[in-house]
Amino acid sequence: MFEFSVGSVLSIVFVLGVVLVSAAMLIWVERRFLGFFSERLGPNRVGPFGVLQSIADVGKLITKEDWIPPFADKYTFVIAPIVVPVVMLLSFAVIPFAPGVGVMDLNIGLLWIFAMAGLGAYSAMLGGIASNNKFALLGGLRAAGQMISYEVFMGISILGVVMLGNSFNMRELVEAQKDGWFVLPQFVGFIVFVIAGLAETKRWPFDLAEGESEIISGFNTEYSGMKFGLFFVGEYIGMFLLAMLIPVLFFGGWLAPFGWDIGPPLVSGLLWMTIKTTFWIVFFILVRAALVRPRYDQLMNYGWLVMLPLSLLNLLITGAVVLYQGS
Amino acid sequence: MSVLFYASAFVSVLATLMAITRINVVHALLYFIVSLIALSVIFYTLGAHFAAALEVIVYAGAIMVMFLFVIMMLNLGKPTEEQERVWLKPGMWVGPSLLAAPLLVELVVMISGAKAQTQAGVINAKDVGIALFGPYVLAVELASLLLLAGLVGAYHLARK
Repeated sequence: MFEFSVGSVLSIVFVLGVVLVSAAMLIWVERRFLGFFSERLGPNRVGPFGVLQSIADVGKLITKEDWIPPFADKYTFVIAPIVVPVVMLLSFAVIPFAPGVGVMDLNIGLLWIFAMAGLGAYSAMLGGIASNNKFALLGGLRAAGQMISYEVFMGISILGVVMLGNSFNMRELVEAQKDGWFVLPQFVGFIVFVIAGLAETKRWPFDLAEGESEIISGFNTEYSGMKFGLFFVGEYIGMFLLAMLIPVLFFGGWLAPFGWDIGPPLVSGLLWMTIKTTFWIVFFILVRAALVRPRYDQLMNYGWLVMLPLSLLNLLITGAVVLYQGS
Repeated sequence: MSVLFYASAFVSVLATLMAITRINVVHALLYFIVSLIALSVIFYTLGAHFAAALEVIVYAGAIMVMFLFVIMMLNLGKPTEEQERVWLKPGMWVGPSLLAAPLLVELVVMISGAKAQTQAGVINAKDVGIALFGPYVLAVELASLLLLAGLVGAYHLARK
């Protein structure tokens, strides 16, 4: 019960603690990095180097007036921001942190993550439609179109990994990469997955659903206080989830590269998982600092005319190779 | 497991009833999503893990999102709610209930005669795939033809 094994109390508390603390810290890390990338200092006032900035932010959000517009659909308006953090946290249940560290070992792990991602789309849509506001509705519509489209490519792009790993179980997928990471045979799938994943988390450069310069703040225009905070935290948990999913699916998860194991499997696994996740988080922040936001029609054209054919081709070729090798 | 089954079955039936009787279309849709998720839990308790995941991904995660997308486009306001209120008058329930009651009785009689299927074991994705592309391959091909027809039709309508 109090040792590290999948589903033990210690494991669950560890996973929950890591996810919540990291999501909160990410807000500060991102603002600090964005500051450095644009030759500013970023938030550095609260605590040493500003590490306590997130706590100050939460304090501010909680003490703000929690306003529900009289013209809004009250119940839907309240439910909408709860959906995204809940489904994102539920997704972490199947993520393998290290050998023996994780909440559950589900044989349909990868499908579980897709189910949760599909439900996550409701947050922005319900927020948009319940606000009864033109800009919120436009944001909700954009979010819906974008998330439906990019979920398709995201789903197809990982089928190559499933074929090579011969499983939907995340732990078995990691173990299957012992002899070589899937990023090499599945390079196209990997590129499509990263782009579609970014679009799925509605992060820059795919944050058209918010689009501050066009539609105020999109689907969360009418939200204030901690309700807005939940949308915000949900986005960061989603980013953290993506930064762990990419290593697990394409970069060997907890496995050390070139056999550079350090200490016992548990310590080594946690260490390598932390290194890989951190790399992807920094990459996402750098992407945000470097790229500009596309127009909506560009986003859709790019998705359906480039990403879909690419992912289908990848699926076809991987299937043919697996079939040829198997026969 | 049977406690879980009955609990989720109860939630599913109740949520479906609420979905039918709601006047606000977004609320009806939310209840329907709850019903679909409860159905997925039922699949899981019966050992059909793959079907449970597909239920959430396809129905709750894709088709219902499409519904909500269309609702956003249609701009349904107060007039629609008034119309719904008229349609959902108690008098309207008599005819359909009279017709549906014998079917419900027949269903209960049939189920009570059937032998209980307890826990056929876990059916994983591989078994589903072997069944689909083995004995049922013709059904898969027919379904794909139907989808292709839908795709061509949608393309034709959107071109105009």
